[in-house]
Amino acid sequence: MKNYLQLNLNLLYWILIAPFTGQFFKISPIFGQMVAIGVRATPMVALTAFSVGVTLAMQAAHSLESLGAEMYIPDLVMLTLLREMGPVLIAVIVIGRSCSAVAAELGTMKVSEEIEALEVMAINPVQYLVVPRFLAMMVMLPALTIFGNYIGILGGWAVCRFALDFNTAGYVLRALESAEPWDLYSGMIKSVVFAWLVITIACNAGLNVQGGAEGVGQATTASVVQALLAMLVMNAVLTGIFFFSG
Amino acid sequence: MNTNGETIIEVSDLVRKFGERTVLDNISFNVYRGETVVIMGGSGCGKSTLLRHMIGSMKPTSGSVKLFGEDITNMTERGLERVRLRFGMLFQSGALLASQTVGENVALPLLQHTDKSVDEIEEIVKHKLQMVGLTGFEDLKPDEVSGGMKKRVGLARALALDPELLFSDEPTSGLDPIMTAVVDQLTLKLTHGTHMTAVVVSHDMTSAFRIATRMIMLGHGGIVAQGTPDEIRNSPNLEVQQFIHGEADGPIPLNLSQEEHEDHQHVKPRPFVAARHRFYRKTA
Repeated sequence: MKNYLQLNLNLLYWILIAPFTGQFFKISPIFGQMVAIGVRATPMVALTAFSVGVTLAMQAAHSLESLGAEMYIPDLVMLTLLREMGPVLIAVIVIGRSCSAVAAELGTMKVSEEIEALEVMAINPVQYLVVPRFLAMMVMLPALTIFGNYIGILGGWAVCRFALDFNTAGYVLRALESAEPWDLYSGMIKSVVFAWLVITIACNAGLNVQGGAEGVGQATTASVVQALLAMLVMNAVLTGIFFFSG
Repeated sequence: MNTNGETIIEVSDLVRKFGERTVLDNISFNVYRGETVVIMGGSGCGKSTLLRHMIGSMKPTSGSVKLFGEDITNMTERGLERVRLRFGMLFQSGALLASQTVGENVALPLLQHTDKSVDEIEEIVKHKLQMVGLTGFEDLKPDEVSGGMKKRVGLARALALDPELLFSDEPTSGLDPIMTAVVDQLTLKLTHGTHMTAVVVSHDMTSAFRIATRMIMLGHGGIVAQGTPDEIRNSPNLEVQQFIHGEADGPIPLNLSQEEHEDHQHVKPRPFVAARHRFYRKTA
């Protein structure tokens, strides 16, 4: 826990304070990480979000038809995706893909003396390795969440359009009517907080690996489990805050 | 011993314990500008631990290490980074960044710490790689070159910023005899030509006698002997003679029994045999 808090403080220093003392971080590695964390995850995110959108619409149809309330299917798909399923599911995918990859990569660098070599070359590992990954995650997880939301809504539309009595205009209008900007913003706030948790947990696990290949394996597993738990608990906390604050 | 030159490294009463085990016990010595000091000793005698204290990667239990007159044992991270810009380090494994090419590895310190243009950096990288006999290897990844080549790339990277001081951990292990001679000549050229100071940890006695201006032999956590290569060669100390001639029989304990190991290292052996028996009984 001490290491984790120290890493967070170091990150804040290198991002917010160090640039004003002339120690700028390099921009180009951030784009490389954005591709690795975000762009390459888009097919997986698209497939998952589409499946969830389709499933949500079918489940909603099943329950709402018996009440004669099929017209609310777009509302349900839209709100569920924007507020909950979008941020949480996309975060789960990113944890599976990138949290494990970052922990394993940094862990391997630690056991092969690469991180010590960086320190001896007077290159701060947090500035050189963690900052680009952190900033890339902070941009790409919310971006992937927005992308996933769109694809999920598209999945809902596919069910409504081809299996139920909706036309496209009806689905879009109903979906837009039901959602308010705050529904999107609350999902985005969650997504930003998840991004922070996921990448700091992954980097902390990687930088503190001990004990060779076995240690790298343990750190990778631990990072995924910790990130998932932290993300789900934080989701409940944030939902609670949004719920009780009105 | 060149005691007239400027003191570059000052190790004073250095003690390092891992739990109950004392690895370095009250070690003191100085290294002066322009010297090539070879630190030698048997496996596990604490050579690499001593080196890690000198580069600031480890903090001592007590005592101090001064580099360029500054005590690095209690230095802040920023202060340590400032001192580290003045020395280069060649790791035993090379410690190259696996995700970058050979050229990018050598260019890394230049990109991070200088305002040189990309063309200038490319020129310097080519020159440094040429010095270690690796012209044309810039675009290969570390995985695509041999262990010896990795080490030479590590040396080129350590020399990228033209440091005043070079630390090398086993610079010639894994190199063929010709490349060993090339690396030795390079070290001699740098120490004689540019007055670079070198601290080399080595097992390779041929190489050590070729480059050293002074030698320090470690054993039992302390300094067994130190002096010029001639003084070491003619040392009456039997441990030194056994080590430099590579003899199996002598005063250096090689095959310790578990009890002897316990006496020497103060470490309780783990009952792994008993634990395995218990495991088999449980699963049977």
